Amino acid sequence: MTVNRREFLKTAVAGVAASTMSLPLTRLAEAAARELEKGWQWDKSVCRFCGTGCGILVATKGGRIVATKGDPDAPVNRGLNCVKGYFNGKIIYGADRLTQPLLRMTNGKFDKQGKFQPVSWEQALDVMEEKMRWALREKGPHGISIFGSGQYTIHEGYAAAKLMKAGFRSNNLDPNARHCMASAVVAFMQTFGIDEPQGNYDDIEHTDTAVLWGANMAEMHPILWSRITDRRLTHDKMRVVNLTVYGNMSSDIADLEIVFAPNGDLAIQNYIAREIVARNAVDWDFVNKHTVFATGPYDIGYGFRPANAEKYASAAEMETFRNEKVRILDKWEAIAQRRKEGDAVEQKNAATPMKDWAIGFEDFRKALDPYTLDFTAEVAKGDPDEPMDAFKAKLKQLADYYCDRNRKLVSYWTMGFNQHQRGTWVNEQAYMNHLLTGRQCKPGNGAFSLTGQPSACGTAREVGTFAHRLPADMVVMNPKHRALAEKIWKLPAKTINPQMGSHYVKIMRDLEDGSILFNWTQVNNPWQNTANLNHWIKAGREMNNFIVVSDAYPSVSAKVADLILPAAMINEKWGAYGNAERRTQVWRQQVPPPGQARPDLWMILELSKRFKLKEVWGEQKIPGLKAEGFEDGKLPSVLDEAVKLGYSPESTLYEVLFATPENKKAKWPDPIAKGHPNITATLLKDGWFPEKALFEEYRQFGTGKAHDLAPFDVYHHDKVRGMKWPVVQKEGKWVETAWRNNEQYDPYVEKGRGFDFYGNNGLSLVVGDLDKPGDGSRKVDISHKAKIYFRPYASPVEKPDAKWDLWLCTGRVLEHWHSGTMTRRVPELHRAVPAAVCWIHPKDAESRGLKRNDLVWVESRRGKIKVRLETGGRNRMPRGMVYVPWFDEGVLINRVTLDATCPLSKETDFKKCAVKVYKA
Amino acid sequence: MSDTRSASRRDFLVKLAQGSALAATAGTLWAYLLKQEVRAHPFALRPPGARAERDFNAACIKCGQCVNACPYDTLTLAGAGGDIPIGTPHFTPRDIPCYLCPDIPCMKACPTGALSPALADINDSRMGLAVIDLENCLSWKGLRCEICHRECPLKGKAIVLETHPRRISRHAMFMPIVHSEHCTGCGICEKACPTAEAAIRILPHKMVQGKIGEHYRLGWTSETEITQEFQPSAAPDAAPEAAPRKAPGMDYLNEGGL
Repeated sequence: MTVNRREFLKTAVAGVAASTMSLPLTRLAEAAARELEKGWQWDKSVCRFCGTGCGILVATKGGRIVATKGDPDAPVNRGLNCVKGYFNGKIIYGADRLTQPLLRMTNGKFDKQGKFQPVSWEQALDVMEEKMRWALREKGPHGISIFGSGQYTIHEGYAAAKLMKAGFRSNNLDPNARHCMASAVVAFMQTFGIDEPQGNYDDIEHTDTAVLWGANMAEMHPILWSRITDRRLTHDKMRVVNLTVYGNMSSDIADLEIVFAPNGDLAIQNYIAREIVARNAVDWDFVNKHTVFATGPYDIGYGFRPANAEKYASAAEMETFRNEKVRILDKWEAIAQRRKEGDAVEQKNAATPMKDWAIGFEDFRKALDPYTLDFTAEVAKGDPDEPMDAFKAKLKQLADYYCDRNRKLVSYWTMGFNQHQRGTWVNEQAYMNHLLTGRQCKPGNGAFSLTGQPSACGTAREVGTFAHRLPADMVVMNPKHRALAEKIWKLPAKTINPQMGSHYVKIMRDLEDGSILFNWTQVNNPWQNTANLNHWIKAGREMNNFIVVSDAYPSVSAKVADLILPAAMINEKWGAYGNAERRTQVWRQQVPPPGQARPDLWMILELSKRFKLKEVWGEQKIPGLKAEGFEDGKLPSVLDEAVKLGYSPESTLYEVLFATPENKKAKWPDPIAKGHPNITATLLKDGWFPEKALFEEYRQFGTGKAHDLAPFDVYHHDKVRGMKWPVVQKEGKWVETAWRNNEQYDPYVEKGRGFDFYGNNGLSLVVGDLDKPGDGSRKVDISHKAKIYFRPYASPVEKPDAKWDLWLCTGRVLEHWHSGTMTRRVPELHRAVPAAVCWIHPKDAESRGLKRNDLVWVESRRGKIKVRLETGGRNRMPRGMVYVPWFDEGVLINRVTLDATCPLSKETDFKKCAVKVYKA
Repeated sequence: MSDTRSASRRDFLVKLAQGSALAATAGTLWAYLLKQEVRAHPFALRPPGARAERDFNAACIKCGQCVNACPYDTLTLAGAGGDIPIGTPHFTPRDIPCYLCPDIPCMKACPTGALSPALADINDSRMGLAVIDLENCLSWKGLRCEICHRECPLKGKAIVLETHPRRISRHAMFMPIVHSEHCTGCGICEKACPTAEAAIRILPHKMVQGKIGEHYRLGWTSETEITQEFQPSAAPDAAPEAAPRKAPGMDYLNEGGL
């Protein structure tokens, strides 16, 4: 990193002296380092990368970050970092950092086919505004969209959600977190009625068993993995199980590695439940007091285009897509779902997959009947070279762990569960087994969904930057929730659009079929991260639409864009993230962004200045809108009501939504800044402190609703290292909640209940049997209760066959984060892992006449990419499966992957599709 | 070993090496030898206080005084045909290590300062760095050896023992770890190592030492850290740059297809 010349010379001189005299280098180096560090300003911050949420300290001098280190006071990481975290200080200094707006132009005018040329911010916002207005005019609020992010700061996500939902009355805001943990969200909401894990990372130090279900924590959550490893090494009883579809580094410390076939996890969970029931390991006291049994429909499709798929898909693609209408059951699916092999099942509930109803325990037990050890082992064994007996012994051992009432157990999962055609189901199955055995919400006992992004929880989920969400677990479809949001936001009634917006994959499909004309991509890389990419690249470049990409580096998405806005990165702005254990953490701006780069929050606020109420709050057409209190297909004009609230039709969205009189009470400069800059406030020039004001406004949503946050300034206190919500005031102090729903820890639990799943308070379920919800006449109150779902095994929608003869699984590597836009700018990380490779079993390579390092094509029904073959290294593939990570824009593996989603969560399954591999 | 025998042996060794150097100067190998001298060899372990290899080779007049002064016969002058410049002093720890004489006679004997007189304390000498072959170290295999640790003149500083639980039994592991901050490179550990081939060896620092990037500080060692009370920032509310510079990344964005 840079040091000034004088310091450099001093260090250099010290170095020379040391080497000429053979004196202890370290001692001189220390002295030189002390000299060098003079004038460094240390401040707390957060790691930019995964959902673990490690604390870091950042040193700045002269407007540059000169060093970082792990924060020794951060309870998450205690001063440690993984090798990505080690490079936090370098990610903002990549050589090709975008520093000015770029617009595709020919002869000085916007041209979709033109080349990128620098423009001023004024010009950039002018064209953005014009195109947005055009899309609104053509298509109404549905014509515009934002791809948001689990890497948005809380403030950015909140401002984007408010601008779209309250300003433009469009719900087409959906984050890349849709690809990441939407299945976890839906399962939390369906099971507990409130999002996010009840436990926290300290479960690791309390538990006896860590069961990984499709979470290669050794690579993807390295710092948490070092805690699990330490527990394994220091606690005799500790056992680690790695359930995975290929051997990976998490197996290295595992006592049990279970390699299962894709979707086999659905069967294994039910086998465990069957054993729990059969061996009478049920915690009946817990089950009777705190749970209700439930199920839902099986014929829910695969999340493909519901209609007109053939208009956009090739014949080869249709071989898979046609399952959206009718599914022919295979042998295993038939047994698992109590049907006959070859049955053609119309997917009647493809549009209503969320339906659920209560069932009795006897029905639940009956549903588990088919999941014997023999059946489960046959359907789930993933390594063809593993003897059946050995696999069965492993399953039995796993069931033994679950059935041992004296054993504490935590299940961890990430993308293996979430990116799954039945992702919500398999999440719910995890809760099934934890609830059956009373292992939830207790230290060392719980099902814990990890997240991949630094603020997937804090922003995407808690703020609600999803197409259906409002802050604090509320949804746009619910009139009470809309009313509350309208109250806090001081909006006229019926401002918020009651129709769910387009989810991430659907925004892509809408761009493809022309129903969305404008997209703004913020803090993510949709044209690298979305499955079946060839369609979306074509849609972005060839359809008559306008795509704006805010990014710090020239990503694939930037290349697809029409307008590129240079974005400020993490420590170049004020921010806050929320990690996977509900810990909200904040940082101050440390350095100015380079050139003309600007924070996304500033971009949102500037854009909001350009629209007036009269343009967006008048009557709006919403194709397909049907909601109580609304005329079909229309949002009413709320302008008259707006006037009654004191607004003028000429008021800008900036004045009405952001720089409100209340918000402007938060003044900039503010002593909490301790002299640190705030580029957003400085550029706005109107004296308020947007990050603080917006956080305080946002806080109102969760307060008193078990989502409570402390005031902005509390998080910025020198001694605070984030706090786990709900954070409530006790005797004048702000106190976090370690385990939710547990009376010992959670202030929201009703006294005397012990455990209280209050998220479901006031809700009821109709009572039915295994196959149907009944006539709806009988209902059961589920207040204070969690649901134990029965969910069946379902076969993957696309499986290897004679032509496409291998499974393809995709994911990440430790060294690179997501699409590599940041980590690939760090020369050291790039040198360590310069390119993606295709991991393959040596015999699969041999039988195709291939060897290690050969350049091969990986091809599916959807597309193909060239990549080098790897038969060794960190992943041990079973025969029949290959693995290609997705960080490398030179190996755009998502051209190959399938855009099947969990029908409930709309999260894409990036973990399984059929491919062939051959020499390039 | 008697003094006379030792002295005469040293004399012999010195003369032998000087003789071959003289012979060489008269011969056609002169040019080759010059080149060889300039190409400072990284493998040479030099006496205490030796300057950096290039400077040392420039300053050393191959007089052999240090060899003569060494009471342990540790030092020898390099002969012809090896990789080390002819006539320069070095030592082979597995044969005879440096026993770290507190009065540093070799250094005091040096007439040119090739062995720097700035070395006041023998424990500050850095002849090389001990490196452990973890695969063949008995202690790292779980045996209770730790000879290097016990024999180390700076035991507990240059070589420390870390203890870890051992997964396959109830016996902890005692693993020797070398700290470059204190290791003099004397080689007593290498001499003492009981394996058939030494599992701990002295190598020149340059060959083994890495360096953590300047951009990172360890979060849990330094005493100079401010972790609780962050000082106010001195950075002014920097005004953003006005004029756009040449846009980086444009080549990628504008060239090639998607």
